[in-house]
Amino acid sequence: MKITVNDKAHDLDVEPDMPLLWALRDVIGLPGTKYGCGAAQCGACTVLVDGVAVRSCQTAVGDVTGPVTTIEGLGTPGKPHPVQAAWIEMQVAQCGYCQSGQIMQAASFLAQTKDITDKDIDDAMAGNLCRCGTYPRIREAVKLAARKMAEGK
Amino acid sequence: MGRAAKIARRTFLVGAVAIAGGVAFGTYLVKRRPDNPLKDGLAEGEATFNPWVKIDAKGITLVAPHADKGQGIASLQAALIAEELDVEPGQYTITFGPPSAAYWNTALAADGIPFRPSDTGLVAEGARSAASALFKVLGLQITGGSSAAPDSYEKLRMAGAVARETLKRAAAKQTGVPVERLRTEKGAVITPDGKSIAYTELARAAAQIEPVTDVVLRPPGQWRHIGKPMQRADIVAKSTGTMAYGIDVKLPGMVYAAVRTNPRLGGKLVSHDAAPAQGMRGVQKIVAVTGGVAVIADNTWRAIRAVEAIKCTWGPAPYPAEQADHWRAIEASFTDARRDQTWHDTGKVEDTLNAGGVVSAEYRSPYVAHQPLEPLNATVRVTAEKVEVWTGHQIPRIAQQIVARITGHKPEQVILTNQFIGGSFGHRLEFEWLKQAAEIANQVRGTPVKLTFSREEDFAHDFPRAPAIGRARGRVAQGRIEAIDLQIASPSVTASQMGRAGLPSGGPDPQIAAGAWTTPYALPHFRLRAYKVPELAPVSSWRSVGAAAGGFILESFVDELIYAAGADPLAERIRLTSDPVARKVLEAVGEMSGWTGPRVEGRGRGVAFVESFGVPVAEVVEVSSSPKGIKIEKVWIACEVGRVLDPVNFENLVQGGVVFGLGHAMNCAITFADGKAEQTNFDAHEGMRLNQCPQIFVKGLENGRKVRGIGEPPVPPTAPALANAIFAATGKRLRELPFHKAVKFV
Repeated sequence: MKITVNDKAHDLDVEPDMPLLWALRDVIGLPGTKYGCGAAQCGACTVLVDGVAVRSCQTAVGDVTGPVTTIEGLGTPGKPHPVQAAWIEMQVAQCGYCQSGQIMQAASFLAQTKDITDKDIDDAMAGNLCRCGTYPRIREAVKLAARKMAEGK
Repeated sequence: MGRAAKIARRTFLVGAVAIAGGVAFGTYLVKRRPDNPLKDGLAEGEATFNPWVKIDAKGITLVAPHADKGQGIASLQAALIAEELDVEPGQYTITFGPPSAAYWNTALAADGIPFRPSDTGLVAEGARSAASALFKVLGLQITGGSSAAPDSYEKLRMAGAVARETLKRAAAKQTGVPVERLRTEKGAVITPDGKSIAYTELARAAAQIEPVTDVVLRPPGQWRHIGKPMQRADIVAKSTGTMAYGIDVKLPGMVYAAVRTNPRLGGKLVSHDAAPAQGMRGVQKIVAVTGGVAVIADNTWRAIRAVEAIKCTWGPAPYPAEQADHWRAIEASFTDARRDQTWHDTGKVEDTLNAGGVVSAEYRSPYVAHQPLEPLNATVRVTAEKVEVWTGHQIPRIAQQIVARITGHKPEQVILTNQFIGGSFGHRLEFEWLKQAAEIANQVRGTPVKLTFSREEDFAHDFPRAPAIGRARGRVAQGRIEAIDLQIASPSVTASQMGRAGLPSGGPDPQIAAGAWTTPYALPHFRLRAYKVPELAPVSSWRSVGAAAGGFILESFVDELIYAAGADPLAERIRLTSDPVARKVLEAVGEMSGWTGPRVEGRGRGVAFVESFGVPVAEVVEVSSSPKGIKIEKVWIACEVGRVLDPVNFENLVQGGVVFGLGHAMNCAITFADGKAEQTNFDAHEGMRLNQCPQIFVKGLENGRKVRGIGEPPVPPTAPALANAIFAATGKRLRELPFHKAVKFV
């Protein structure tokens, strides 16, 4: 099964119905994408397929046709994506376990939506659960990321 | 190194440790001090100054032994050491260190005794001292009870100061410059002529000299980092997907396991048919675990899928199968025989209530699950010589003992490497997943096994928060609250949990009516009786423990009485609060929220005030009510913590506590049917989502005499403040959690 993840091509010998999440974590070896609920309830497993946020726990690896971007491919500690830079600047994370998914969701949202409103943020991010309750900082970080992206930083 | 040098170094280490604790904490009943665990495996040229600081030619290691479940305590512990050691972020690495008695918790025991923290009388102080001595004898390294910051605050600054002064002494010896003329900066000793000698260069010499015994901690005015916004050491990793949690552990040759055990907690596996799993791809072995069965496979998904295919017949639950019978058992416990403690009996409660005009109400607080987002997991490798464990745990030395019993090793043969934890809320004080991982790995010795719970398995085996019922009677007169007679019945979380940990517990359980007996109100007539319900389902510490229920019950009833008296909810609470430090908290939340100012049309405000873990917290919740439902608009919260150590992380944790408390008050309960938890995933136990999150305004007050932790105290006032706000907006009193049973939330 051929799949491109973070610009790297892989040929996987796995069942087509294996969720993309587990192919990423256990087979390809990219553990930044997290398992939270296995039922599209929490969003911790969010990755981009063709630039659009999807829940990788509900996406069969056999159904993936476009390129996949995970949190590791979005940016790095040395060269963070503007959304990651905003998350760092706002110090959003507590336990941090949901934040890969939050960041991927925000990256997808901000790539598609300009001039965002509070309502837009609520709608875009409501599917991503944070058990620590970092929502006030997530809201601020999304706004900061939007400014960074508008300024081309 | 010769024998004499080894002995000298050993003496030095123990001596230094004694300074680190002794100066900070005075004389304890138990004098013996545990050895420094860092001396094991110390190489030539390495120096350890106490259990928290290790320096060699290559670098500086700071040990942060408290478990980090997301509260940022690894970062804070390092900052406390670094403040006195004069090292900067980037110059040191932080590790959790090995489990050790040297890391016994000096603060938690003091809060486990039945005296309000503001009580500094001889009896209260004596009890604190005795409780601390017990923790020390047990070597109880534990993260919990919002105690990590108070435990670390002086101890770790002292550890940094001892190491710094010893390094200066070594530099003085080496350069001939008197120690008084040396200073330290950025990981180096600086001589008067500006020459800089790195700590790493001094480590070897420092290891050979007597420790410095007379160090003085710097006054707060000289702090470089503490009290100011700091960048958490884990924030970059947690924003880039590069933080490694326990669930991410990967070892050469590792296999993956999944379990299913009886969802009737503590029940047996009667029989099972593993045939459907046997031929499934990737399945390597099917093994028994206590109360269930496990599959070992070549990845997590295949293991989970296979274990779910096994047909199991489960035995009955060792507690009532239906939720209604749990409530009946609690209702039946308001008897003299079940009375656990009379926490307050001041004035003449019966006489006052007999005068008539009694207001009465009953409140209910359900079972609630922890469900942090990282599912429970552990990686274990068992060999004849040792057991290696990689997991995140809040009581790592007890975890070692429990694993050792399963595998037949000695506790010291269990090498536990603590991991960053993706949330706990009390979940990682338990042991079930670790026991199962040890049982599985013991059946495939030599091979590392990573056990990962599915979310459904995690829900099914989450020992929840204890349920409680509160029965209240009260009377008002002349526009004031005159009398309260409160009874609270609940199973004992302390007995349930300590039993599983093999730790002693006895006497009254302070958690049964916590949040109520700790109230700072000085009521003229006040009786509070707690009743211990015989154990039902096993229960566990859930963020703020008993104070969640106790605070909800008392603060809801106080509000009802205030309305009955026609008084102002905030002003009457301020009037009732005799403790001036606590009173300032209420006054602060009044100012922040503009309580006496103009109100927004169509909105209702509620206030609640609960003291838990020594932290008085006042919250005002503002809601709007519309045909679509209740929307939580704004929250103002003031907390008294003695000193705010990092304002950014403080605000984040307090806001998180508010979200956590409100979310569970809105829509979370675990209910049992056929002996099993009916809720199996987040769709049925959701908590708050971002679109429901109010604006949250936070203030930390610093009038108290002690530094306190902030993980739990913001939670207990959330539920009553929300109930009181909904009453103000709608006229409807909500006396049973969760509130979505009675109102809809937008």
